[in-house]
Parts: sequence; structure tokens; C-alpha cells
Amino acid sequence: MSRIVLRVNGREHAVEADPETPLLFVLTDQLGLRGPRFGCGLAQCGSCTVLRNGQAIRSCVTAAGEVGTDEITTLDGLGTPENPHPIQRAFIEEGASQCGFCLSGVILTAKATLDANPNASDDEIRKSMNGVLCRCFTHTRMIRAIRKYAEENKHENA
Amino acid sequence: MKMPETSRRDFLKGCGALVVSFSAFDCVDAFAQGPFAAHQSHIDPTKLDSWIAVNSDGTVTAYTGKCDMGQGQLTAQSQLVAEELCVPLQRVKLIMCDTDLTPDEGTTSGSQSTPTNFNHKNLAQACATAREALVGMAAQKLSLPAEDLTVTDGVVTAKNGKHITYADLVGAHKFNLPLNPNAKRRPHNEWVVLGKPVNSLDRPELMTGHFEYVHYVQVPGMAHGRVVRPPAMGATVRHVDESSVRDIPGMVKVVVRKDFVGVVAENQYAAIQAAQKLKVDWNPGPPLPDQTTFFEEYLQKQPARDTLFVDSGDVEKQLAASRQVVRARYTWPYQMHGSIGSSCAVADVKPDSATVWSPTQSAYPTRSCLAMILGMPVDKIRVIFRRGAGCYGLNGADAVSFDAAVLSQGVGRPVRLQYSREDEMKWENYGAAMVIEQRAGLRPDGSIAVWDREDWAADRGTRPGYDRPGNVISGMLLGYEPYLLNPGPAKRPSGALRNGGNVVPSYMAGCIDGVCGSAGTVRSERALGHTVFSPFFTGPLRSPIRIQNTFSNECFMDELAAHAGADPVAYRLQHLSDERLRAVLQAAAKAADWKPRPAGKRSYPRAGKVSGRGAACVAYEGHNGYAALVADVDVDLDTGILHPRRFFCALDCGPVSNPDGMRNQAEGGILQGMSRTLGEQVTWDREKVTSIDWNTFHSLDMSYDMPTVTTVLIDPSGVPALGAGETAITLAPPAIANAVLDAAGIHLRDVPFTPERVKAALQQQA
Repeated sequence: MSRIVLRVNGREHAVEADPETPLLFVLTDQLGLRGPRFGCGLAQCGSCTVLRNGQAIRSCVTAAGEVGTDEITTLDGLGTPENPHPIQRAFIEEGASQCGFCLSGVILTAKATLDANPNASDDEIRKSMNGVLCRCFTHTRMIRAIRKYAEENKHENA
Repeated sequence: MKMPETSRRDFLKGCGALVVSFSAFDCVDAFAQGPFAAHQSHIDPTKLDSWIAVNSDGTVTAYTGKCDMGQGQLTAQSQLVAEELCVPLQRVKLIMCDTDLTPDEGTTSGSQSTPTNFNHKNLAQACATAREALVGMAAQKLSLPAEDLTVTDGVVTAKNGKHITYADLVGAHKFNLPLNPNAKRRPHNEWVVLGKPVNSLDRPELMTGHFEYVHYVQVPGMAHGRVVRPPAMGATVRHVDESSVRDIPGMVKVVVRKDFVGVVAENQYAAIQAAQKLKVDWNPGPPLPDQTTFFEEYLQKQPARDTLFVDSGDVEKQLAASRQVVRARYTWPYQMHGSIGSSCAVADVKPDSATVWSPTQSAYPTRSCLAMILGMPVDKIRVIFRRGAGCYGLNGADAVSFDAAVLSQGVGRPVRLQYSREDEMKWENYGAAMVIEQRAGLRPDGSIAVWDREDWAADRGTRPGYDRPGNVISGMLLGYEPYLLNPGPAKRPSGALRNGGNVVPSYMAGCIDGVCGSAGTVRSERALGHTVFSPFFTGPLRSPIRIQNTFSNECFMDELAAHAGADPVAYRLQHLSDERLRAVLQAAAKAADWKPRPAGKRSYPRAGKVSGRGAACVAYEGHNGYAALVADVDVDLDTGILHPRRFFCALDCGPVSNPDGMRNQAEGGILQGMSRTLGEQVTWDREKVTSIDWNTFHSLDMSYDMPTVTTVLIDPSGVPALGAGETAITLAPPAIANAVLDAAGIHLRDVPFTPERVKAALQQQA
């Protein structure tokens, strides 16, 4: 056990944990966050996705001890039910969910791609979602929501 | 973690009502749910207070035994309550599936939530009873006849302007009334909330990561568990070396009970390490059948329980007399639910009581099984539903609830247990593998004179129901037997046609003793099923047995149309008598701008890309929803890769509760069905299942260029509300296969349609 200091959703948190502990378990079990979740533990499904300095990573295979001072953002750090982030609002408006378990992977991967390249084509966005699963197959609504956010994002950046 | 209060319901305790609640159409489930009359709940479903409470702030709390796993029942049931009670949607609070609070409505399954709660019974009847009772009370208070009163937003108003609110009438008091079977529902044509598209009420929390899945439930003092499963089915514990994990920091205990082995630690990481390091000696199980010859050498050769669904007695004679006899054999692999999150439950088992937060679709049945497993009276156990990862029938939800409870009892502390990906995938109850053989004889004009079909379905365990924990892996490891499959010959069909499994093709008349229960015109007919003991657990995976049978029945219909030189849509209509099924097929064809074409009888190119379209339709479970689907599919003749581009779907599931929710179910169902058709199958070697992660079980992911889906909803009045969640998915496999026939002239009869299989079919044709 050692003391690990993490920067999560704009705040600093100190926890006691084995540095090899997957970041995911620190976020959910110790910080009580409800965005990332354990889907496979193998970096194959995307359920555990968080942003690390703006890049989408799989927190189930990232050791908590190697994150250092990098800024971690989870789905629950983007917005609230009352005041959702624009990409979350686009997903609400397009009705892009069934069970919703996959949403960290879908929303955060798309956001990271579009933040890095606001002009990403549909093809580029789709390819960036390699290895992100939605087993309820809400794909068409999700892609619509991502396009909607991409358009709004472009206007804001213009 | 929020705990709903139980005190307001304590008055009901001890009335000991006998509850009979099951899915009449769902033969798979109904078979497993055991002696219903043996089960008791303190919540009496004949009492209005069991379903509806009007609170002093004017909100309405409704209690339902049908839960929302992502299929939209939170929103649709809330709409129902708002509509019938004339209150705004925002003022409805729905409590779902909690054995201390909600009536026992069995399992949320089999597309039965809508038929059960949206027709003139259960929740709908309770709502109508409550509204009439409230209007009656208002009439008395205002000394006016009830006919002169109207209700808007929970306020009862008279023509003279006098008004009184629900809260003033009953706020926080009980109704003390029985459900009134004559209470009138609000008429379909006056609906203002129900029947309108409503954005699913859970979405703000879902999208922002604030939703409480069962995975996030935390109880003070909670430890974390993992299970250690046998290497293969039938393996038993020889020895567990507890010293092998003693050094792991945070280790709490190894729990062994017969062949159940689990570990508990202070945190998840330690529990995972312990599960990986624990040394267990297993006696190996029997070898598994060879997967490459599974269908012909195992499934079709085992002793079977036979069921004759329909038999006109003359099929052999008619086949001998037919000008053309067409035969085809179809196979369907084991498939898994493959929920994106591995299953999780939290159990707090104390010496004389237990609470289990569970993603089970069967709160009450799970409670009864837990009573057996924990050796505790059933009324000392509370099962609280919390949503898990999307489930399409029976993933590890029930099994993990049993496991968590055993671990918690073993360590005397609350335990959260989540399976590893491999635990989930190796041991869930798979969708059944099946072989279906079809024969039909055509008349000189190409019409169908006789149809005979026979299937072999793998079967072992299923939902545990109220008394069969052994129907899932954890119960079996604890020493409970699954239900016994008794091989034996079929009895003569009698009574009404039972087509809950869509064994009988829609085109058969389905006549038993002169009463015809199917949707078609073919009167020389036979449908025989063989149920065979499976080497793996099986269970109700979305459209269980129905998707397998419909794949075969609808593909064979196109094979017959090809022999007759007929257009597949016209040929179907020619053999269908049911008006609602005909109407959805015509609606889908119209949406797709279907141009008549002879099925699969042209000359085809040998290289490059070709496109085709196929159609299929089904009367789901015989009478529980009508659906038709047209698929446009590209076929790459060089690589064998199929790419569906467009789907056109038409649905008639009775009066629509939430059009947006229904479209979402149809779209998701079709694409999920497409993924299952193109690539999903469970694999194994002679010792064990080898589909253990997303590299070894192939789901289409978010990078796939998905086809468009156009959905036409038919919204009829004056008929019962039917199930919708499993209709569209049932048609994806045959619509795709039929489109490939149209595009390339090949018959794909074995799911999944891998590029290798497509290329083999193309080579065979050449």
C-alpha cells in the first residue's frame, strides 16, 4: 500500500492503494465515481474509458501508480444531469442509449477524437471507435449524436 | 445508496396472499418456474395499495414487478401511470422489482411486460381503479355526479369551477380498495402521455455517469469477491490449497461449498489476484463433443424429448404426390448474451436476514432460490433490483446473485462480487444451438401443397425460477440439480396450437382437431421438435428458439419461392391468411419500395461486388407482435464479406406506449441480430469453452459502418398491447440470408455467415 495522489475531474485526491491497482478500481471503489466501469478488464470493450490529459485510455489496464499528475476526466466529470456537457446533451437529445453501460467508451472516445481534430470525417470518427462495444447496438443513434456534437463543436471553434 | 422505505407497506405483511404470476406465452420460462402456487408474497396484487400511492405533495408512486434493463420499461410504465391517473409524467415515481415493496410479477422476460401491465389487468387496472376511486371521492366531497367531473394534472374539476386535488382527497392515506376489474382505461384516442414519444427518463443520469448500476452499490463494511470456476463443465473439487493465497495483502477468506469456490478480499484488486493465484485441484469433467461435427454427430443422435406441435397426418402421402419436393437443412450455433459488463451483485447476509442488490430480471424467483441456498425463510430475504449491463435474457445476473450471497454468508460481511470476463462468457446460459430440417412439396402452379419440418434443440438448465437454482452454474456447483430433461416420444397434438417458440412456420394453417391457430394456408403440415441434453447451459437469449426457427422457416420460404419462380413478397402473401401479418409485410415492402423479382433464379456475376434485397416476416410467438423486415445487403464475391446497408422494418404490436422506445428496440434489435448473424458463435475444444473474451467471441463494434434502419410503426386501436422487444431481431438473420440469395444466388443455411462460409457457398455454386 502506498499513498497515491491523483488529479481527477479538476480536483486532487489522495488514496491508499497498491500502485499496481488498476486506475479503474481507485476511481469507482475509492472515489465513488459512476462513469467508468469494469466491462472486461482486458482493454477490449471500452467501458472503463477515461480521458488522460484529453486522450481516451482504458483505465482497467492502467496502473493507478503510473498516472502521476496527469489530469483524469471521467464521464461524471464532464457534466451533471442538470447541466450536461454538449456531447452528453447531444446523446440525450438523440435518445442514444439503451442500458447505457458502454457510454464512457462511446462518449469519451468520440470526444477525444473530435477535440483533437474538430474536422474529423465520419470515417475517421468511426475508425477511432475501434474496440468500443455497445452490445445493445444503439450504434445508429450514437453516431447521430456524435455528428450533432461535431457540427456544434465546429461552429463554436469557427 | 438509497434504500426505499418499507414502513408504509408493513401493514400488508402477513396477509399471505397466494400469488400466481408467469409468462403464459414464454414456454422456456414457464417450463422452468416450477410450482407457482407454493410461493408467497406479503404484497397482495388484488389490493390497489400494492400498486399505487398518492402522496401528500401530489406525486404518485407506482410499484411494478417489471423492471428496466435498458429496454425502456421505466419510461413506458411511467407514461402508463401518468396517462391513467391524469398527472404529469414528472410527478410519477416508479419503484421496480423490490421484494419488500413491489408485487410479484414473476420474471421480466419474453416480451411479456407490455402484455402483462398495459392491458386490462395488473398495473394498468390498478391505475384505472385509482383514477375512478379518486373521481368518486371528489364527487362525494363536491356533492356532484362523477360524470360532471374532469381530471387534469391531478386536479379534479367540476363544470361549475369547483375543484379539489388528489393530494387533498387521499394524500398519504391508503385507498383500502380492491382492484376493480370493471374500472375503465382511458381510451386510446384520448391519450396525451401514453402513445407519445418520450425521451427515456434515465438518460440525463446515464449520459453524465450518475446512474446507479448494481456495480456501484456500496454497503458499509463491504468486501470484494471473485469466484474460481472449474476448468470445464462436470469438473469437481478435489482439493483447495488455501495457503496459496494467504500472503496476498487484504485477503479475507477462501469460501468453498461443495464445488463452489470463491475468494473474498478487502478490495477488488486483491480479490482478482487471489482468484488467479488460488491453487485448486479439480477432477476433470467428461470430454466435450467435437465442435466440427457437433450438429450431426451429437445433437441429432442424442435421446430427445419430442414434441409434435401440429400434424395433419398426411405429409408423407402428400410429399410423395408432389411434383417438386424441396429440402434444406439449417444450423444455428450456441450464442451468448455477451453483456458488455460482467455480472455483479452485492449481498449483505446476516445470521437471520439477507439483502441482495441484484441485476436479476426475476426478483421474487431469485429470493426463493436464495432462501434455499442460504437456508433462511423466504420472508427474511429482500431482493432489490438494480440495473446491470444490458441483458437480453439470462446473462450471469441470477448466478452472480447466488454467488455473492454465498460469499457474504461465508465471511459474515457484505460482499460485492463481479465476475471476470471469462467467468461471464464461459458459464452463462447460452442461446440454444439448433438444427432444423425442412421439406415441402409444391403443386404444379408452384404453390405449397405440404410442409414438414423437424428440429433438434440443445437444452440444459434455464432460468432458475422459484425452486431450481441448479439451472445456472452457481446453483449447480452448490449441488442443486438442473431440471430434468426426460427423453420420450411425442404425444398427439391437442387443444389450441402452441407456437410460443415459432416452431410452426407462419405459412402453415396450424390446425388441431379442426381449429387452426397459425397464420397461413398450408394444411398438409407437420412440425416436430426434439429437445436434447446440452453439454453447456442454455437459456432464453433474446428471441429464444424463435430466432432459430424463424431463420430456418423464413429462409426456406425463399427457397420455395425460388423453386416456384415467384417474388418472395408475393409468394408470402399468397400463403398468409392473417390480416395483421399481411399488413406489416406490405408496409415493410412499401417502405423499401420493393420491386417484384423472382427469388434467387437468375444468372449471377462471379467477381466484384453485388447487391440484393431480402424479406422476412413473423407473427412473434404466434400472437405476440407482428413484424416484417426488408434487408439490402452488399456481397463482396472476392472476399466473401457481407455488408448490410439498409433495413426497412414494419411493426404491429398493438397500441404503442412509447414510439421512441419502440423504435429504439427495433433498431437495436435488428443491428444486434445482424451482429449475431454475421459473426457470433461460441467455440470450444474437447475440454472447455474457448470463447472467453472479445477476441474469441466476435461482436461488431462501434467502428463498423452500420446500415440505416427505417421503422414503420402501426398503432392499432381496440386490440391488446403486445410485446415489441424481440420482434424485429427475429427477422434479421433470414432477411440478410434472403438478400444474399437475391444478390448472389447462394443459400446461406449456417449461422454465422462468415466470409469463409460465403466463399464456400460461392465455390459450390460455381
